Amino acid sequence: MNGPHDLGGKMGFGAVAPEANELLFHADWEARALGVVLACGALGKWTLDESRHARESLPPVVYYASSYYEIWTRALEVLLQRHDLLTAEELADGQAQTQDPHPKRLSPQAVPGALARGGPCDRPVATAPLFAPGDRVRCRNAHPRGHTRVPTYLAGHTGVVESEHGGFVLPDTNAHGQGEQPQRLYTVVFDGAEVWGPDSEPGLTISADLWEGYLERA
Amino acid sequence: MKVHNRVPAMPHDHHDHDNHLDPMDARVRALETILVQKGLVDPAAVDAIIETYAHKVGPQNGAAVVARAWSEPAFADWLARDATAAVGAMGFTGRQGEHVKAVFNAPGLHHVIVCTLCSCYPWSLLGLPPVWYKSPAYRSRVVIEPRAVLAEFGLVLPEATQLRVWDSTAELRYLVVPMRPEGTEGWTPEQLAELVTRESMIGTGLARVPA
Repeated sequence: MNGPHDLGGKMGFGAVAPEANELLFHADWEARALGVVLACGALGKWTLDESRHARESLPPVVYYASSYYEIWTRALEVLLQRHDLLTAEELADGQAQTQDPHPKRLSPQAVPGALARGGPCDRPVATAPLFAPGDRVRCRNAHPRGHTRVPTYLAGHTGVVESEHGGFVLPDTNAHGQGEQPQRLYTVVFDGAEVWGPDSEPGLTISADLWEGYLERA
Repeated sequence: MKVHNRVPAMPHDHHDHDNHLDPMDARVRALETILVQKGLVDPAAVDAIIETYAHKVGPQNGAAVVARAWSEPAFADWLARDATAAVGAMGFTGRQGEHVKAVFNAPGLHHVIVCTLCSCYPWSLLGLPPVWYKSPAYRSRVVIEPRAVLAEFGLVLPEATQLRVWDSTAELRYLVVPMRPEGTEGWTPEQLAELVTRESMIGTGLARVPA
């Protein structure tokens, strides 16, 4: 979906404003939100792709008015209800109605191992690659309603395959409970002028990592 | 606002990116309370996660990788060929660093990392992303006017320099290996690592020049 998250090339967001000596967290709740989101993810009820889709599905007015950890928190509330871990009443009352210790509840002892393992997304793919380094490919002009990792600013544009990375879990299906359906992943390089036209900054190239199904031969 | 110092050194002044502190403080506390009551979350695990990113996993990891690449040509080759294995050998793979690619700046070529679609970032090498990296301003602009964005960081590149922006649209996480500053011959990797800033490994800065 080309929701509020799909920001590449959009205008009007002002200066970047890096902070000198920025702190890791700007408030205690940000740290708690990080920890709670990761602890809930460990329950295994949803994938990282579904989490991303929950975040980008927030209404644009909410998404743009929210800081990063606020977006995470709001999306977590959606995911917990969708997967029947919390009810709307519990969330509204701030009080649990049932206690049901989860078998996969993350223990403090398990945290270092879980974070060190992460969640590798590479998967074997039996078919031969459709594209090879040097091939000219077009990022398909498609606007799926569900989750995808094609940024709108590249849709319809032509680039050159730089490298092929083997199979990776396809976010478009994995975000929606339709399985991993791995496809080959390619780094594709686009010339700035191809994407932005004659006013592009000179000497600019942009690359994105795109699944095979996002691409067609140009 | 009452700040509980579970993590070190937080200011009491409000910050312009995050000006909703009180309602969010209440909201997150309520959510954690319910989850703990229900038996879904152990608050000690939340503490352990925070502790990991506050003290163990941060840009010092990436700086050690860069300093080693500057010091050992064989390691630099390995990093260029298979960064996942090379950083894994140093213990730096993990969540949001499961698949890593290192990109090397060179005379006339400068790399910059972004995730326009969310805020993908090489956590296992650089820790948690800074606010500006996650901001709509950076994510929207660095692909269309990177030179203007870099100038806001005080980085003005020669006009002839090729600029490559890497949009992290999949699960590959990128580490920029900045150029080694001149005047550092004979420095130890530990000394070199002090020159490797977080911004230099994202591409919005260069390595520090020795004083």
